[in-house]
Amino acid sequence: MPEDLVQLSSGTDEGPFEPKIVAFFCNWCTYLAADLAGTSRFKYAPNIRVIRVMCSGRIDPQFILDAFAKGADGVLIGGCHPGDCHYQEGNYKTYRRVQVLKHMLRDLGIEEDRFRLEWISAAEGDRVRSVVNDMVQKVRALGPLKIQVPQETFSEEVPA
Amino acid sequence: MSEAKRTIRVGVYICHCGHNIGAVVDCKAVADYAANLPNVTIARDYKYMCSDPGQEMVQQDIKEFQLDRVVVASCSPLLHEHTFREALAHGGLNPFYLQMVNIREHDSWVHTDKDAATEKAKDLVRAAVRRVVLHKPLERRQVGINPNVLVVGGGIAGIHAALTLANAGKKVILVEREPTIGGHMAKFDKTFPTMDCAACILTPKMSQVRNHPNITLWTLSEVTKVEGYMGNYKVTVKRWPRYILEDACIGCQECIDACVFKEGKTEDAFNEGLAKRKPIYIPFPQAVPQTVVIDPAACIQLKTGRCKKTCVEACGERKAIRFDMQETDQVVDVGSIIIATGYKTFDAARMPDLGYGIYPNVYTALEIERLVNASGPTAGEVVLRDGSKPQSVGIIHCVGSRDARTNPHCSRVCCMYSLKLAHLIKEHTGAEVFNFYIDMRTPGKGFEEFYQKLLHEGVHMIRGKVAEVTDWALDPTEEGKLILRVEDTLAGFVRRIPVDMVVLSTGLEPQEDANEVRRLFNISCSPGGFFLERHPKLAPVSTFSDGVFLAGCCQGPKDIPDTVAQAGAAAAEALALIDANVQELEPNTAFIVQEECSGCKTCIPMCPYSAISFKEDLKVAYINEALCKGCGTCVAACPSGTIKQNLFEDEEIYEEIKGVLNYA
Repeated sequence: MPEDLVQLSSGTDEGPFEPKIVAFFCNWCTYLAADLAGTSRFKYAPNIRVIRVMCSGRIDPQFILDAFAKGADGVLIGGCHPGDCHYQEGNYKTYRRVQVLKHMLRDLGIEEDRFRLEWISAAEGDRVRSVVNDMVQKVRALGPLKIQVPQETFSEEVPA
Repeated sequence: MSEAKRTIRVGVYICHCGHNIGAVVDCKAVADYAANLPNVTIARDYKYMCSDPGQEMVQQDIKEFQLDRVVVASCSPLLHEHTFREALAHGGLNPFYLQMVNIREHDSWVHTDKDAATEKAKDLVRAAVRRVVLHKPLERRQVGINPNVLVVGGGIAGIHAALTLANAGKKVILVEREPTIGGHMAKFDKTFPTMDCAACILTPKMSQVRNHPNITLWTLSEVTKVEGYMGNYKVTVKRWPRYILEDACIGCQECIDACVFKEGKTEDAFNEGLAKRKPIYIPFPQAVPQTVVIDPAACIQLKTGRCKKTCVEACGERKAIRFDMQETDQVVDVGSIIIATGYKTFDAARMPDLGYGIYPNVYTALEIERLVNASGPTAGEVVLRDGSKPQSVGIIHCVGSRDARTNPHCSRVCCMYSLKLAHLIKEHTGAEVFNFYIDMRTPGKGFEEFYQKLLHEGVHMIRGKVAEVTDWALDPTEEGKLILRVEDTLAGFVRRIPVDMVVLSTGLEPQEDANEVRRLFNISCSPGGFFLERHPKLAPVSTFSDGVFLAGCCQGPKDIPDTVAQAGAAAAEALALIDANVQELEPNTAFIVQEECSGCKTCIPMCPYSAISFKEDLKVAYINEALCKGCGTCVAACPSGTIKQNLFEDEEIYEEIKGVLNYA
């Protein structure tokens, strides 16, 4: 890789690259959907690590940046479908934050496929499987996350 | 030594869940790994953590190793978080010093690669250990419970739930959008397998609802808004005008005779469109309330204002007819809600191969229910459209059920009601009856016996899915008949069976507006669109909205005994809530560290519950904990990080992120 690029993730040399994907799932829809995928015994790629939040609206964009900074190759957000939010409109707030964040990630040189927002309802266990599998496949093709910003300053605030 | 002065001690417990986790995740390896993590004092693996010995082990370790925090890696926290929190509390720890790790639903059940699954379990456990160290002692909030209950839907489920609660002395508001209660059951003739007359067992319950001092019955009403939380819901109900004063009407029905329409011209929905009714009508003789109703879409006075109003004359002194009635919105305060909104039957026209809507003598099962019913449009005569009696009848099972093109689910009741109709049709007409089934499903008390009885009655059973209903005769014996083409899978060849009448045993589907209703009450749905229960086995009538319960077919297809049992269960859950008097709420609310708040007001419009207000004197925002539902949207929005959410503080989540990524 070019010298000015820093590899953040801990991809190993042995075997093919296996991405690590951090997922933030809301308690009422997507976390339940992942539970349903479990009770339905749907098999999907083991690359995903789920962090539960009550609502996708709780997800601070900083969490996503932090996950990338700390070595995630991809970040997935799962929330309720529009109109279905357990807290009425938290998912709309998420959607708006994500739109802004996507521009920022692009400017940071983080490929689009590494970050994804999906609406997955409690009934859609099969969608957890397809979304995770699809994302793992795409991120695996991209390889480990490489970024131009030095790691140590990545999560620090820029002085005014 | 106080906690602050020494290293926090964490106990980690990895559950095998029998083979559920243990067969895929190497639990011993995960426990050994966890034992070497910072802060971990003791790490164990055990066959069933949720068992009494499992919980006792945690409690004993808390004392023996002076544990400050506990991590349990087992099933979904939605299943057993409460169990282990209680275990911690009994062991003398604050219950919120627990973090659960989901290594069953999210790991062992969804992965096949054992090494990868074990690695994932280690990552998740590491994250939990890092997070749990930051957990703070929390207390659950207590709220009072309003003892009044709202029951939505006046079918047999809603009726039974309302009566159970009312008999226990609770005030119930029963809301039904049709002009009468009774639901689908009121349309049935007999009920399987006992062949009780449906009306005979239902109408006494309907009258009880009408006469019960504790039940307020609102027909022609729909819930339009639900606010509040468990124990304290504020519900807005829209009440459509009946144009009849319920208190003044005595149900004499003289106005119906007097109506300027000499014959009914409007399709009678209660009779599945097989009869016509007038603009002023009573849905069926035993309707509750026993009050006529005016259909504004058909009444000349309501449409044009230029009618002789012969009905008003007939009503005379009672003055029950009021054309100036308006719709109203009424707000009620209740503590719990039982949703019993029922189902709709599959629209048979969606399967044109079966000829419904094309050939007049193809009927749905519900239409046949009305035909065999003595109070139905033909006074109990099973006749074809031309008035003649059928010589042969074909009943097709699984229309809109167990079919990849429509609904994958089994509607549970169709086999049995098809057998019932076969019996009734044979009894009424003496016709030869053919039942076409995929599998005969009779799992209920007395069901299989009923099936055996039918076989002895000489009803033909043909195992096969009917491909087509056609009137295209291939030989003179088929002339003028409806021909069913079917592969008889037991005989092993394709048959053509000519009949006079075809009955489609349509399956059960969620109500047309189930999605809107679901959103109204903030509950979820299952893959088929029926409402989702909190747990399929252990909380079958609860939902993910506390204080909202389900009864009957809105949760999934079921027969009358199961519906009544579930309605009773929902009523019992509501009673448990009411009699507890207070309930505890999760402490995951947000709060503002006032000294650090800059007063920017960014958070205020974020809150959908208006829980955040601005203190003008201090120039800081303030969260009303009673109104906060704990979504955390404001926390993510706060530019200065001053808003914190209990159990989901920023630091806790950052540690979890670092933990799963094994970041130093």
